[in-house]
Amino acid sequence: MLEEKDVRALTEKVLGFSKASQTEVLFLGTDRSLTRFANNYIHQNVAETNTAVSVRAVLGNKIGVASTNKIDDESLRDVVNRAIAIATVQVEDPEFQSLPGPQPITPVNGYSERTASFGPEERARGVKVIVDRAVAKGYESAGAFETAIQQVAVANSLGVFAHHIGTEAEFHTVVMADAGGSGYTQRVSMDAGTFDFEALATEAVEKAEKSRNPIELPVGEYRVVLDSYAVGEMLQYLAFMGLSALAVQEERSFMNGHFGERIVAESVSIYDDAFDPEGLPIGFDFEGVPKQRLAMIDHGIARAVPYDSFTANREGKPNTGHALPAPNTFGPFPANLMMAAGDASRDDLFKGVERGVYVTRFHYCNVVHPVRTLFTGMTRDGTFLIENGELTKPVKNFRFTQSILETLGAVEAISRQRIQVRDYTTSVVPAIRSGKFNFTGLTQ
Amino acid sequence: MQDLANTALNIALQLGATYADVRVMERTVESISVKNGRVEALSSSVDSGFNVRVIVSGAWGFASSARMDMKEAQKVATQAVAIAKASALVGGKVPRLSPLAPQRGSYITPFKRDPFTVPLEEKVSLLLRADEAMRSVKGVSIATGNMEFGRERKLFASSEGSLIEQTLYDSGAAITAEAVGDGEIQQRSYPNSFGRQAGTAGYEFVEVMNLPEHGQRIGEEAVKLLTARQCPSGRMTIILDGPQTALQVHESCGHPIELDRVLGMEAGFVGKSFLTVDKLGTNFRYGSDAVNIVADATTPGGLGTFGWDDEGVPAQRTDIVKRGIFSGYLMSRDTAPELGLSSNGCVRADGWNRLPMIRMTNVSLLPGTWKLEDLIADTDEGLYLCTNRSWSIDDRRLNFQFGTEIGWEIKNGKLGAMLKNCTYTGITPEFWGSCDAVCDDWVVWGTPNCGKGEPMQVMRTGHGAASARFRNVQVGVGKWGQ
Repeated sequence: MLEEKDVRALTEKVLGFSKASQTEVLFLGTDRSLTRFANNYIHQNVAETNTAVSVRAVLGNKIGVASTNKIDDESLRDVVNRAIAIATVQVEDPEFQSLPGPQPITPVNGYSERTASFGPEERARGVKVIVDRAVAKGYESAGAFETAIQQVAVANSLGVFAHHIGTEAEFHTVVMADAGGSGYTQRVSMDAGTFDFEALATEAVEKAEKSRNPIELPVGEYRVVLDSYAVGEMLQYLAFMGLSALAVQEERSFMNGHFGERIVAESVSIYDDAFDPEGLPIGFDFEGVPKQRLAMIDHGIARAVPYDSFTANREGKPNTGHALPAPNTFGPFPANLMMAAGDASRDDLFKGVERGVYVTRFHYCNVVHPVRTLFTGMTRDGTFLIENGELTKPVKNFRFTQSILETLGAVEAISRQRIQVRDYTTSVVPAIRSGKFNFTGLTQ
Repeated sequence: MQDLANTALNIALQLGATYADVRVMERTVESISVKNGRVEALSSSVDSGFNVRVIVSGAWGFASSARMDMKEAQKVATQAVAIAKASALVGGKVPRLSPLAPQRGSYITPFKRDPFTVPLEEKVSLLLRADEAMRSVKGVSIATGNMEFGRERKLFASSEGSLIEQTLYDSGAAITAEAVGDGEIQQRSYPNSFGRQAGTAGYEFVEVMNLPEHGQRIGEEAVKLLTARQCPSGRMTIILDGPQTALQVHESCGHPIELDRVLGMEAGFVGKSFLTVDKLGTNFRYGSDAVNIVADATTPGGLGTFGWDDEGVPAQRTDIVKRGIFSGYLMSRDTAPELGLSSNGCVRADGWNRLPMIRMTNVSLLPGTWKLEDLIADTDEGLYLCTNRSWSIDDRRLNFQFGTEIGWEIKNGKLGAMLKNCTYTGITPEFWGSCDAVCDDWVVWGTPNCGKGEPMQVMRTGHGAASARFRNVQVGVGKWGQ
């Protein structure tokens, strides 16, 4: 990783090369390693060191973007020239007003020296705990352990300079028993040293053992307890479907026409918070704009969506600091997605459920209809029948086709404990109990 | 580049590697997105670096870097060896590689017009004309158009003496019209959804699409879909168009035949495969007699076409399903020996910083002899479903569910009412077993967004496919109301 002063010097050099009316430089540094295991041994073990520089050149209201992963002077001049050449042949964009100007950025701590110094031997030791516990039971384990240092800097010709260096560690495993048994665990943290591999092994191995010989339940609507892994994936898809100012402006969000109205249960609050140390803190977005904590659904009421500079300027609304890297056709996105904890213990989630289904996690979800918030996917790695408040039998995996807002509208209990989970994006989420979940198919 | 590769190979061998290979790769991408008359994104990226892959102490190691000089070559080779030694701490199988004679040569994608020399103005103008045609239809809320062009230069060198240089070009484009209203959103795309139809070809691949000529039609269809009838629910005959059949092949045949997935190497992520090794060579019926599938990295213009794979194995064709019987896997040099076989050249990495792994090449359903209009005329009652809108499949690639952008009723051999929100679901071998006709309207469809592995790699794969008919399929899944 480069020192902050070296990154600043690099971005200043790039800005100096540009003759555009406005110029933005995004610098990304990555030092990432991943140890992957399957069949109880490490079969893939990789490391990557990279730097990437992306330049957004503005000529009047014509914009071009070019990127490179070489940081010698010749490559940096070339990337600036390519961005300007593209902007030159661009068509005018009357809706573009300006790159953002400088604003104070609240410092955050998203860095762990322990994660930064993790080596392949330490990752192998963590993996070995899981593998040994699986082998002792005659089970099969697979998964991955990733540690990364990420450096982000944004500078522009209006005076913005923002720099962040953060760390991220993610571990997950699937432990597979005989007779269809399967268990899962995952943890995500800025600090790889917080992972308790014995506890993680216990969670996955015990679930694999208990889920052997699943019975077949009829498809239909059930009360469900969704563990945090499932809740995280569900909220991620909700965000994809419309928690963005661009989706609202294009009138394709489920939030359209419902701001100020109750759209889910009163107990449900969904927000974006880049400052919460339970997540992966960062103080600014990919345009160098300070992040704001954003209550998107507050006590069940549709309140707000994230903005970046383009969508904010378009409506004359405040920029909430949720830009993705340019060129961004996806629009602003809540990258630090969170759901507020409730007051239920884990046992409370199952209490009073006469007959329902407990879902550890979802698999291969996809959007079926974004305005109706319909998504489909499978259950996986630990699905159980709940009878009279107890997990009684493992069940075969279901396919579901379900409205996320309907499930969130029928939330009956939310756990006190939250964990950080990761699919395409990371989120900090509790487990929930909901009265509505429509299982529409079974697998063999 | 060759000096850098030789340096890295020598260091790896000196440090105890029993096998080593080096890939030096540079990928240049130009992409254009237009939306509602605006050029939303116009960008050019260049990404380059190298990687070293080694076997040391009976385990794999891999390291990569964007910095390309001799000092870095030494550092990365040393790092790869250290990582392999760490892998060995957990024990496990010692990799065995299927034999491969040293390969030497070069390959360049054949093309007529280099997409990187076609003026940007020409490309933007084409997309804006298509955008205008879509927006000429009252009720179209969002009109989008995309083009993307890639050029990948790569050098492969191995400790076994292979030295290969390749330059692969890919070109693609598509347009989509969306209509929004009263809690409904509908879209139509041409020639395919999710960004683009793509192939290994030059700009001529985009020119023949005639995007502006199709803008108005898809705009009108998107608007009509808002008030179209909801897809019915029940079991019935369906005919899938070519693009949807291609994705069906991709998800329910292409992924389950990846031998690394079959052997459990993806179990910690997206899962395994129902096509376990006991099903090879034992007359396992994957589909009906009408189903013939091949994996062919030599298919002209296919998005999964190349000269050699990223282990230096020559491009080749493999039978996957012959007259409905499962016949072969996609294999690498370290998985094929598990079956007593040799690699059939299916390994690729999506960049210099990623480990090469088994990826689909062009996994294609071979054409039949039916004309589409004859097949519809031959169908008393059913649905004709076109262009993918959503997809999902379970962790053994058995239970799938797809949604399509549009459908039409078939009544007494004729297309009837337009249908919206069409979905269908099934179990892979039952579904392909119910295929009783494949048409002759065969096209190689490109899937430019195939995800696999950790860290995730996004690969470009091809799928020759035609319209095909399936009997007794569950359609209309979920609660839709009116």
